[in-house]
Amino acid sequence: MRIICPNCGERDHREFEYLGSAKLLERPEGGDAAAYHDYVFQRRNPSGENAELWQHVMGCSAWLHVVRNVTTHEIIEVKLARDVKEAAL
Amino acid sequence: MHYSALQILKNGLSGNKGWKPVWRNPEPKKSYDIVIIGGGGHGLSTAYYLAKTYGIRNIAVLEKGYLGGGNVGRNTTIVRANYLLDGNLEFYSHSLKLWENLEQELNYNVMLSQRGCLMLAHNDGQFDSLARRGNANLATGDDALLMSADDVRAFTPYLNFDDARFPIRGGLLQRTGGTARHDAVAWGYARGADMRGVDLIQNCEVTGFRIEGGKIKGVETSRGYIGASKVGMSVAGRTSQVAEMAGLSLPIESHVLQAFVTEAVKPVIDTVISFGMGHFYISQSDKGGLVFGGDIDGYNSYSQRGNLPIVEHVAEAAMALMPMVGKSRMLRSWGGIMDMSMDGSPIIDKTPVEGLFLNGGWCYGGFKAVPAAGAAFAHLMATGEKADWATKFNLNRFETGYVIDDEGTGARPNLH
Repeated sequence: MRIICPNCGERDHREFEYLGSAKLLERPEGGDAAAYHDYVFQRRNPSGENAELWQHVMGCSAWLHVVRNVTTHEIIEVKLARDVKEAAL
Repeated sequence: MHYSALQILKNGLSGNKGWKPVWRNPEPKKSYDIVIIGGGGHGLSTAYYLAKTYGIRNIAVLEKGYLGGGNVGRNTTIVRANYLLDGNLEFYSHSLKLWENLEQELNYNVMLSQRGCLMLAHNDGQFDSLARRGNANLATGDDALLMSADDVRAFTPYLNFDDARFPIRGGLLQRTGGTARHDAVAWGYARGADMRGVDLIQNCEVTGFRIEGGKIKGVETSRGYIGASKVGMSVAGRTSQVAEMAGLSLPIESHVLQAFVTEAVKPVIDTVISFGMGHFYISQSDKGGLVFGGDIDGYNSYSQRGNLPIVEHVAEAAMALMPMVGKSRMLRSWGGIMDMSMDGSPIIDKTPVEGLFLNGGWCYGGFKAVPAAGAAFAHLMATGEKADWATKFNLNRFETGYVIDDEGTGARPNLH
């Protein structure tokens, strides 16, 4: 897999560290235990397109929001996680 | 037919014409008492124990492809009980006991070979943690032998002991661990279940659930609707997707794990060895191939093939541990889809849907669990109670905080 980093350009995926589902951007407000359980542990785990967080640890260190097909490994869209989070606010 | 030396002799003398197909190929009935989704190791052993131990004969196992065609036929065949935490300890201990009697139980040769499992330590911290693990295993009643570097050298002299980065400090050997013939395990359980009247239905994909008033009524399949008062899911790799059809969200991600085998060579490795510094393990099959594997690729995947970086990583680990491996040529590599749970431990539990049961989240440890998981899942489905040796694999443990994080890596499935 090759990921196009918005800052650095196209790089081998070994330069990136995988964190997990992009739902981790949607941290729940307040102290609702059920919401936190869902946030930390529950995953949709689709077999098609999955929105994920990757960090370009061997490049610019930016956190990236990557939409990837988890069956074909095709990278569909890469954005800065910060931009995705701000757009959602 | 009861298999025995006499049968082999008789059939050998009569042109081997007396052997019968090992299981029937029945049409699905309109309804069953219990439907198991998934005809792999776990599904088949569940059906076997339901029929054998609990006398429930009106059971169907529904398999999308062919019996034993999934992960049970594609793994590195290791059997061991050297976990660290309560929950896992007693479960795998029980599983190993079932393994030890499995051939007699099934009247089928699963070729269990208790050749030992050796875990290596490369520094003092690792050695201490192996000592702790060994004590936990001994306290559970399992075998553990802490070995100094000299002991390890005498046991496996061909390892690279003086590697500059990863010198071998010592090891922990479980002499009761080993390997088994993976396909035979599936076939043995399938035969045992079929003999007791279980319908093993292949090429039958479950496409939906019929749920009324929060209670399971049956399953929609590619071969029509099949009614059932109880349904068990045992579909490693696809657990999230099958559960989603019942409206459930689970603490599971699917990841791809690769394994490798070299061309057959003369006997060289008479045990199972895990390298402590990279997730690498190796054994030799009875056919002679060196069977080895490493980490999962590290990101969600439903692709039953891996990417090359892990191939390279595993090959590097092999060369660091056992430089002679470089002389042999790799024959095949393949990838299988793992249910990676959020704490690295499995789930055997009821679900919020009445009559729908879940056995999943086995990460890459499902093979060694086949006997005990089937027995525990059967116990749960038949009695509604947790089996003594599987009381902690609860679906709600992520809410209650009683997670079983053997690796200590937190809610990061790609790190387990």
